[in-house]
Amino acid sequence: MSVTIVKERYAGKIGEVTLGATAEQGGTRTSTVTIGGDSALPFLHFEGKVNRPVIAMEVNDIPPTWNTTLTKQYGDVFNSPGAWAKQCVDDFGADLIYLKLLGADPDGVNRSPEDCVRVVKEVLAAVGVPLIVVGCGDTAKDNEVIAAVAEAATGENLLIGVAEQETYKTYAAAAMVHKHTLIAQSPLDINICKQLNILINEMGLPLNKIVIDSLIAGLGFGIEYAYSIMERARLGALGNDKMLAMPMFCSVGYEANRTKESNSPIEDNPQWGELDDRAVLWESLTASGLMQVGASIIMMRNPAAVAVVKKNIDELMSV
Amino acid sequence: MTMLIFGERINGMYTDIGDALKAKDPKPLQYWATKQEEGGAHYLDLNSGPAIPKEERAEAYQWMVNVVQEVSELPLVLDSTNYDAIEAGLKLCKKPAIINSVDATPEKMERVFKMASDYNAGVVGLTMDKKGIPLDHDLRVAFAMELVAAADEYGLPMEDLYIDPLILPVNVAQEHALQVLKSLAQIKMLADPAPRTVLGLTNVSQKSPHNITNLLNRTYLAMAIGAGLDAAIMNANDEDLVDVAATTQILLGRSIYADSYLNVFRQR
Repeated sequence: MSVTIVKERYAGKIGEVTLGATAEQGGTRTSTVTIGGDSALPFLHFEGKVNRPVIAMEVNDIPPTWNTTLTKQYGDVFNSPGAWAKQCVDDFGADLIYLKLLGADPDGVNRSPEDCVRVVKEVLAAVGVPLIVVGCGDTAKDNEVIAAVAEAATGENLLIGVAEQETYKTYAAAAMVHKHTLIAQSPLDINICKQLNILINEMGLPLNKIVIDSLIAGLGFGIEYAYSIMERARLGALGNDKMLAMPMFCSVGYEANRTKESNSPIEDNPQWGELDDRAVLWESLTASGLMQVGASIIMMRNPAAVAVVKKNIDELMSV
Repeated sequence: MTMLIFGERINGMYTDIGDALKAKDPKPLQYWATKQEEGGAHYLDLNSGPAIPKEERAEAYQWMVNVVQEVSELPLVLDSTNYDAIEAGLKLCKKPAIINSVDATPEKMERVFKMASDYNAGVVGLTMDKKGIPLDHDLRVAFAMELVAAADEYGLPMEDLYIDPLILPVNVAQEHALQVLKSLAQIKMLADPAPRTVLGLTNVSQKSPHNITNLLNRTYLAMAIGAGLDAAIMNANDEDLVDVAATTQILLGRSIYADSYLNVFRQR
């Protein structure tokens, strides 16, 4: 008996966004990364085009305060953002570098915008992959830092951020003037997610220069809720809502590694097993769960988890 | 699927368009093509009206299709009872068009559904036959069922069939307005997937005093969409009317709410 496969047909598709720019395109990257373009739900290859998710590994401008289960997998790189980025690309297979300029924090090292620019240039020189550059989280300082970085890296088509509903204007202007792409971040709220995309687009930044970050949570800490927001955005986009039809960014490495499960030693909870295994599972399961709802850029920290997720992507894409 | 607006303004019944058709002056048609697209139209309805003698209609439709496609990328709705003229126009359409219209008379359905399949076009099917428009919603739905069956027979997908339950001017045929709303709801249950529905919306306010025509159109559009209307041949340049269409999409949960939803409804 023959079985007819029921196929869903969608009216819309996800916009394609290219990150990075080669010399011919006005930048210095040796390769670019294109995300989006999907015309079906994730990995349903028989229904339409499914694009490959990419992995962005995190690098900071100051040594990280991460658990040793992570840091021991890296070489002596934490005092050199360039070397750190290079190891992520060469040894761990990162598709992109996510450079978070934590040193700019006024309550911390309080690096000047000029110093931040120097770090960005160091990383640009060290690797050929495209860069994501975000500030420290202090709104006033980040406005200065990202404006300076965007100008100094004109034409590189960085993915800069993060633009939020109250702060998007500076970022959108910087992205437009200096030819970068923008992360639009909304607080787990589908309506604000859409509204922010509309506002940024109305300023003149094209839709294919926006990446959505609707925020996530780590496994066990509300990932279902984040998943449901992303699911609504994706179904809306496939239903032809162009204001939600952008690729999605997920800060998996950050969220998965701030859970107790990714940090507590085996002595605290013997029944949980070894931390080295547990931390890998926590980050890779957070990533692979969100991939199933359309995560395009997965930000990660744990090299062993990166290897697991890359294998998972290979399997899901081999049809 | 979002509510579809078919811009009604390129119609020989309007003096500027009628004169332009006779003089072969493309400017008024192109002006309204652009203006309706800006207003939020998804399709442009083309109707020569009585301005052109029957023997020149085929040529006139070809001319209309060409001059409108010079300035607009929008797909077209070819509106005529003269099927030779529609077929002549279909040959030149760059995007899949819609044939407007056919009633539930078997000979006409045969010609039109075959033509639709030849040119990959949609069809507007009227819930009437040669005897005219029934009042009662049950009879309207019975005609709709015949149109659905014919579409099925000729292989026209339900999403390309637009059933028009025919609204009449409320000032002379008030009882029809409610019957049409009842019909819309029932037509959507005739098949799965359901056929689409359409109305010549402006008809509801035909011959009513000018100061209430817009209000009648806007109110009836909201009611009809609530009952199951998917598309309307309407004034795409009444901003408030287009805003009503946009708002229904939010209130029916077809589009995700954002404070600026009105601005984006008009974007494509």
